[in-house]
Amino acid sequence: MHPAPSIILFSTLSGLGYGLAVMLGLGLLDPALVSTKTAHLLALVLITGGLLASTLHLGNPQRAWRALSQWRSSWLSREGVMAVATFVPLLASAWASLFHDMRLPLVGLLGAVMCAVTVYCTAMIYASLRAIQAWNTPLTPACYLLFSLAGGLVLVAMFATLGGSLSGWIALAGVSALTAAWTAKWAWWRRLRTMAPISTPASATGLGGIGAVRLFERPHVNENYLTREMGYKVARKHAAKLSLLATAAGGILPSLVLLAATISGTGIAIIFCTLAFAGFALGSLIERWLFFAQARHAVMNYYGG
Amino acid sequence: MTLLPTTRPPKKLGLVIDLDVCVGCHACVISCKEWNTGGYGAALSDQDPYGADVTGTFLNRIHTFEIVPEGGEIVGEAGDARIVHFPKSCLHCDDAPCVTVCPTGASYKREEDGIVLVDEDKCIGCGLCAWSCAYGAREMDLAAGVMKKCTLCVDRIYNETLAEVDRVPSCVRTCPANARHYGDLADPSSNVSILVAERGGFDLMPEQGTRPVNKYLPPRPRDRLADKAMPLAENSDGAKGFFAWLDGVLDRI
Ligand code: SF4
Ligand code: SF4
Ligand code: SF4
Repeated sequence: MHPAPSIILFSTLSGLGYGLAVMLGLGLLDPALVSTKTAHLLALVLITGGLLASTLHLGNPQRAWRALSQWRSSWLSREGVMAVATFVPLLASAWASLFHDMRLPLVGLLGAVMCAVTVYCTAMIYASLRAIQAWNTPLTPACYLLFSLAGGLVLVAMFATLGGSLSGWIALAGVSALTAAWTAKWAWWRRLRTMAPISTPASATGLGGIGAVRLFERPHVNENYLTREMGYKVARKHAAKLSLLATAAGGILPSLVLLAATISGTGIAIIFCTLAFAGFALGSLIERWLFFAQARHAVMNYYGG
Repeated sequence: MTLLPTTRPPKKLGLVIDLDVCVGCHACVISCKEWNTGGYGAALSDQDPYGADVTGTFLNRIHTFEIVPEGGEIVGEAGDARIVHFPKSCLHCDDAPCVTVCPTGASYKREEDGIVLVDEDKCIGCGLCAWSCAYGAREMDLAAGVMKKCTLCVDRIYNETLAEVDRVPSCVRTCPANARHYGDLADPSSNVSILVAERGGFDLMPEQGTRPVNKYLPPRPRDRLADKAMPLAENSDGAKGFFAWLDGVLDRI
């Protein structure tokens, strides 16, 4: 699948934003601190920026409101509805922290749950597509949720440090979430490498009974919408290298520096936590790029890809 | 409304495509584009139409496959390998994922005849329906920003201003080889149902769980080249019937 920058940015940014919002909703930070107020604003900016980025690839964005109507059947519509609804508790929590130095525990909890549900809906847009076998697995929502939570914890660790105190257990929770997220991702990659394709040129043409089927000529000499949108292929050896790079930058580095931050002075800890976040952001972007670039669409059986 | 009809549509209109007969002439591709660029919804645009990088929206495309039996040889040499031209357009699936994934209600399947359509005034051009279709039957029109797909020429088949013979999809009307058949696949006595039953019509990618309405007829077994070789003129062994008699007479003269 073509790795469109707008969709990669959307899912990475909004994943980070929702993860941070979950942690704020659970009350991991002191609402009176300036750093916490900044964290609330950052979560809202990341979520809104992500949603705006996702409208960039629409052919007719002026009608985007219509996408809220089909929640009974469509995960994309469910995601839209949840994203809009989740703004209510998130804005209320941000307001309480910014202007009243307080936390609304129930609203926070509700917001946290709704954030997780929104991320789940995003993941199910992809996981529900049978035509893209790489995505069509419960491991896809598992990865999206764990990456969002891990990102939230890395960000919360950064803001806790900025607020003056990084508790050891936030760092530990962060390391656990990072481990879980990358373990799930490696399971996803393993499945991708080892699965037998459910659809082949033989089943796509129904001619497998006669012999080995292979494309002789495409319908047209030039590219078309389908080959541009779904014909992207990344070389296996590059994919292997990129997944190692992503894990190193987004999993191992953040884990090590988060642990180091708990035993260093505030100044150094701030640098360490920022480094953890930068590494995680880079690793997630690579991971999300691969998510698209590695996925093969069943239609490629008709295009020899 | 992107829920699929809950009752079984009384009619299942669709195409039956005969892979034994299609010669890959692309006439149906052109007639489809010609009819539909001026018919239902937005025009089918081309980008860079007179340049080297021309691309455009098509609702029907012909792929060509090479099929080599086990132990066979490559196409173009002796052996049983063969070329099959493979027309492909929307199959108007009964369990159409393109309908249920649509967030806006633009994609729908008609209750009365099972045709899958896009209401372009509602379409936001998100492209998710094209992703969900394993068959590549949907293409986004880059000029209009809305999703285009085969309408089964819904503006022809019920159009009483057309002569009766023209009330079939444009591709079917055009095909010079009679490789395309149109009819009601829910009616076991229809022309298309009979063809499917007699020729062993099949579904494309049944494993995708989409239950396509359109069916494909397999190529008939091919004569082996070796069996058809003409006896050489110098050699009359194995001549039968009239030729055996003629052979004998000529030998005696
Ligand atoms: S062929 Fe594709 S576009 Fe047509 S109904 Fe089936 S899934 Fe939808
Ligand atoms: S491109 Fe249009 S028809 Fe397709 S899913 Fe999006 S809104 Fe629906
Ligand atoms: S017009 Fe008929 S013979 Fe020609 S490509 Fe189309 S289906 Fe095949």
